[in-house]
Amino acid sequence: MPLAKSLRSVGHRTVDIVWRIGLASRFLFLTLLQSGMSFRRFNLVVKELFASGVMSLIIIGVAGMFVGMVLGLQGFETLKRYGSESALGSLVALSLVRELGPVLAALLFASRAGSAMTAEIGLMKATEQIAAMEMMAVSPIARVVAPRFWAGVISMPLLAAIFSAMGVFGGYMVGVVLIGVDEGSFWSQMQATVDFQNDILNGVIKSFVFGFAVTVIALFEGFDAPPTAEGVSGATTRTVVQSSLAILMLDVILTAFMFRGA
Amino acid sequence: MRALKTGKRWFVSALVEIRDVNFSYDQRPILNGINMSFGKGKVIAVMGGSGCGKTTLLRLIGGALKPTRGEIKIDGRVIHELDDRGLYEMRRKMGVLFQFGALFTDMSVFDNVAFQMREHTDLPEEIIRDLVMLKLHAVGLRGTHRLMPAELSGGMARRVALARTVALDPMLILYDEPFAGLDPISLSVVGQLIRKLNDALGATSVVVTHDVQESLKIVDYVYFIADGVIVAEGTPDEIRASDKPFVHQFVHGEMDGPIPFHYPGATSYEQDLKVSA
Repeated sequence: MPLAKSLRSVGHRTVDIVWRIGLASRFLFLTLLQSGMSFRRFNLVVKELFASGVMSLIIIGVAGMFVGMVLGLQGFETLKRYGSESALGSLVALSLVRELGPVLAALLFASRAGSAMTAEIGLMKATEQIAAMEMMAVSPIARVVAPRFWAGVISMPLLAAIFSAMGVFGGYMVGVVLIGVDEGSFWSQMQATVDFQNDILNGVIKSFVFGFAVTVIALFEGFDAPPTAEGVSGATTRTVVQSSLAILMLDVILTAFMFRGA
Repeated sequence: MRALKTGKRWFVSALVEIRDVNFSYDQRPILNGINMSFGKGKVIAVMGGSGCGKTTLLRLIGGALKPTRGEIKIDGRVIHELDDRGLYEMRRKMGVLFQFGALFTDMSVFDNVAFQMREHTDLPEEIIRDLVMLKLHAVGLRGTHRLMPAELSGGMARRVALARTVALDPMLILYDEPFAGLDPISLSVVGQLIRKLNDALGATSVVVTHDVQESLKIVDYVYFIADGVIVAEGTPDEIRASDKPFVHQFVHGEMDGPIPFHYPGATSYEQDLKVSA
């Protein structure tokens, strides 16, 4: 009965997914509940901020600049057709702060820092470091997971902001320095059209939500990884795939709420 | 102090009492009717082949698993009836040495040994430094405090892990295969350290191992487990002299005996090779 078999496998998968969502929610709840230590001993968070935030600076900065440069080139080409090259500044800035900054920075963060978190925690589990900590009467959720969670949530909006800033700089280099768009109109158009609440604040909210999602997925996958080589590699792959999809899906939802008709 | 009888022997008082413990994993029985008693100040070995349930027993004592039946008492308290707080309190008085040391790879040797002191005490950093140096000195590795675990040999890592295990002077120390994968010199050093640290701290040690020769040198009492039940127990001298076929095979590492060399298969050799019997 191939039909029954495929139905059964669909059912299995569905139950499995629901299970994992439940487990992940419980994991998130425990992480929030046991976050006290992260704030009492903030140096634990600072250490993780360095690992996931500071160490991602180069990739975020360089990628941001390249994306800004491409926006400058493409934007100039399109705007020239309508004779409105002077709007290049606002095109670059709006695309970055509303969409590309939060989304691309989060995608890069997922593959750079998220995968590292999953692999690190998965390996800690495989080498019994998590079990050892538990036997030393130290909760691994409070000591290992929560500081990484808060570091991820704090660093993501900052990284997105740096991405956008570098992007604007890249757009300026290409548009103004290279192509020769008027510098005054580039900056004044940008100032006139970018709204603090509608554009910048919404971008910050987006990147905060993405950071939350990526970090929870990365930490849960690491903590839940089977303690074997294949287990950890599978979990790392799942982290990148699931967080990328989660970022893009959440982006649709958030954008629909934030910019409808605006 | 209550006297307690185990086997033929009387201990002054027992730190760990295991009464009629059964444990199954997904309905697969692992341990069946285990009775043990670990006297204060003693070093006890739990031996048996791979997969006989030794490590499960250790996890039961550490409270990481709950027995399906029976009870395990440590220092008079039933471990699986404790709530999280009680369990963590009990674990502060325990030390566990994991099979390959399980050192925290992102911390230096010093930070590894200092870990529990920093987590559980408010001691100032100077005192922690002195304590860590004392512990490292006890395992002969005082010069290594700046190294990272990746820079240590297997034997050294095991000794650092030992120093970390006894960091808070536990009353009960559990060793999961402390001799696995060590060269003969490291093996004997770790063996001697287990005995010395136990006596110096006045602790009780449980060594789960399949290394017969090394452990018989250092322990006070031995339990043999096979297929989830205790098949033999006694002092090292009694074990060496035992004429029970299982113990004899295990102690002398013989191929033939109650433990078969061949994995029991559903089909016979002749069938598998398609030859007529």
